[in-house]
Amino acid sequence: MLDFPRWKTISISLLLALGVLLAIPSLLPASVSPYYPSFLPQEKINLGLDLQGGSHILLEGDPKDVAAQRLENMEETVRAAMRAAKPRIGIGDISREGGKLSFLVRDVSQVDAAREAILPMTTGAGLTGQRDWDIEVRDTSRIVLTPTEAGLTEALDQAMETATEVVRKRIDELGTREPTIIRQGDNRIVVQVPGLEDPEALKELLGQTAELEFKLVDQNASPEDIAAGRAPVGSEVVPYPSNPAGGTPIAVRRLGGIRGDKLTNAQASFDQQTNEPVVSITFDREGGARFARLTQENVNKPFAIILDGEVLSAPNINEPILGGSAQISGSFTTESANQLAIALRSGALPVELKVVEERSVGPDLGTESVQLGLLAGGIATIAVLVLMAATYGRFGLYANIALILNIFLILGIMALMNATLTLPGIAGFVLTIGAAVDANVLINERIREERKAGRRIVQAIEVGYTEASRAIFDANITNVIAAVLLFLFGSGPVRGFAVVLMIGILTSVWTAVYVTRMFVAIWLKRARPRELVI
Amino acid sequence: MKLLKLVPDDTNIRFLRWRKLAMTISLLSIIASLVLVGVRGLNLGVDFVGGQMIQVTFDRVAEAPVSDLRDDIEALNLGESTIQRFGQPNQVSVRMRLAGDNVDEVNAVTSRVTQMITKEYAAQGARIDGVDSVSGKVSEELLTTGVYSLVFAMLAIAVYIWFRFEWQFGLAALFALFHDVVLTFGFFALTQLEFNLNIVAALLTIIGYSLNDTIVVFDRVRENLRKYRKMDMIALLDLSTNETLARTVMTSLTMLIALLVLLLIGPGVIFGFTAAMTLGLFVGAYSSVYMANPILVWLGVGAHSFIPQMTDADKAAAKLKEGVGGAQP
Repeated sequence: MLDFPRWKTISISLLLALGVLLAIPSLLPASVSPYYPSFLPQEKINLGLDLQGGSHILLEGDPKDVAAQRLENMEETVRAAMRAAKPRIGIGDISREGGKLSFLVRDVSQVDAAREAILPMTTGAGLTGQRDWDIEVRDTSRIVLTPTEAGLTEALDQAMETATEVVRKRIDELGTREPTIIRQGDNRIVVQVPGLEDPEALKELLGQTAELEFKLVDQNASPEDIAAGRAPVGSEVVPYPSNPAGGTPIAVRRLGGIRGDKLTNAQASFDQQTNEPVVSITFDREGGARFARLTQENVNKPFAIILDGEVLSAPNINEPILGGSAQISGSFTTESANQLAIALRSGALPVELKVVEERSVGPDLGTESVQLGLLAGGIATIAVLVLMAATYGRFGLYANIALILNIFLILGIMALMNATLTLPGIAGFVLTIGAAVDANVLINERIREERKAGRRIVQAIEVGYTEASRAIFDANITNVIAAVLLFLFGSGPVRGFAVVLMIGILTSVWTAVYVTRMFVAIWLKRARPRELVI
Repeated sequence: MKLLKLVPDDTNIRFLRWRKLAMTISLLSIIASLVLVGVRGLNLGVDFVGGQMIQVTFDRVAEAPVSDLRDDIEALNLGESTIQRFGQPNQVSVRMRLAGDNVDEVNAVTSRVTQMITKEYAAQGARIDGVDSVSGKVSEELLTTGVYSLVFAMLAIAVYIWFRFEWQFGLAALFALFHDVVLTFGFFALTQLEFNLNIVAALLTIIGYSLNDTIVVFDRVRENLRKYRKMDMIALLDLSTNETLARTVMTSLTMLIALLVLLLIGPGVIFGFTAAMTLGLFVGAYSSVYMANPILVWLGVGAHSFIPQMTDADKAAAKLKEGVGGAQP
């Protein structure tokens, strides 16, 4: 006990100094921080959304949606391939029922050719080289494509990957500071936006798939059929809530349209004649060419601008639009035009995202919570310090110094880890202050006992530390177990609590056992006390 | 310098004299808690049942106009809603069922309520502090993981104690933990405080900390079992409890100070959380003396449980020897 080696003293002191240094940036008020020297560590503790206000949104993509989308794309690919085949392969009776794509090859002699043509499109998903569609020929002339499990998983993964990117772009466009966007599990995305004023606008923006399509209106469809939800062959009925003719749906040609994913830009602006808010879009080269051809071939016919399965407007093509840019009108407000422009710029979501969880906290409640939490922490600390000093005298003071260093260490480590302090985290912090002295209480009580049992001073202290350490160790391991489970199963703020708890347990055991031991050793060496007041 | 002594030296309280009474009380309170949970149910928050919760603070009045608010929200005709205070008397939460899984519908409901409140209660300084909406699917997941985490934590800790001590100690600790957790559930059923994710966090913390006491006592029991091999088990447990009493009181006090400060002046949002932990502190201290210790007695722990320290293989070998030659260990 008396021989506490110098290297140990030095390394403990250095570690403590480092901890305090790391804690400083987080403790500086915002007005002073700019003057803080830049060669020192800059990492700060983040405040959780519940403390600084903001929104946490959990988005979920539907795997079925991805599968349906994929099936639709497959149908188009197959049609194109059959058309492009030489000689052209005639197919018919195409069905997407039961999640499978099946069609008839009109000329039985071409079945093999059709199969050959499709085969390259059905392999190569992922790194495993597994086939992502199974091809089967039934009843000599029907080809059935069934998506494989591996293919679907891969498709979902890719869709979510793209969706995460799109979400990131959209949020960046909003200009919020430091958003966090993380993929979670198979089909979820966590979005955290601190200090957000209007979470509803954000949710609307993220909920919009922004799939823009231009399709020709089928003028042959009879109003009765449309009203009954029936469309002529090759057409489909699409809702049109802002239809000037009373909001009735209209029929559009299924194929031969253009998708709005070939855009280079989209901006909200105002129509020069009507002064209504509109969205101006610019196609890329390929999209522009296709748009020009579509408008050239269909002058004086109406075409529908469809967004996420709803017609926005169905203007007449008065003249061919060759410049590669167009204007979308459709009873927008300035805000909704702006939102659509953002959504179009950032690209369409490959899968519809639903908000399955939202937690928004206003900035005032957060500020209040921080203040009350700090106050509570301060009062608790002072009360514990006084009680410890009154009970254990010199040894209480040592424990107190250790406690204060411990507070700095926790803050320092949290800053180093870029950890987030949440409201339950503050509670965990205050609780740690109350619990941190437990180790010293155990040690000091043990020293008291050993003195009573008649041991000499140095021996009593020695035995006190070693005997108490065992219980300290065991008791804290159980706390760590609970904290680890808390972290594994908890979410958001609760995780923040678990982090504080874990760091607090580790640092408090260290400061309470080693740091106080160092103080005691130095004191014993210098003062060589004859009496022990404890 | 005269130092404070919370517990006089050499106490000799015969704690376990009342062990049968205490055990009866413990069992009765466990049953009562389970009945309470069964009959009254827990006031589960949106975290676990889904739905949306809007938090409102009325800045300019001391007490939130709960009944006016209830009437006004009913007048909006948005379906069933629950309005209750949380934290400070001027803070309320409005809970409603989720209007569906369509973002627009949910948004519409939220904005109708928030707009009504900020407009109608502007004079009272109404301020929307937060909106939580949780879909049914997510809330089910949260509930499952919550239950799993509690069960795993208890089992993991019991197993750890089994390894560090003996199986009887692990089992005793498990019962003590079960007692603490069930009583906390009962408390929440009784008070109808909102039971949410934070409370699960509090329960896990209770599980961790309430065991501190148990382990400190167990550690002393193990030490004394080696020291006083002939002592009667009950006397030995009492001795161990008395020897660690000063520490138990002191630590409980420092933790109680921290928790009471949080409870009284801390943020209202975490009132339930701190209330649960404060309760856990008392229940945990009680159970380490009156649940864990008597169970050790009934499980037949004695000096032989530790000396000599033998693995199962050793024991089997010893038994074999005993059978053959009757050798004494």
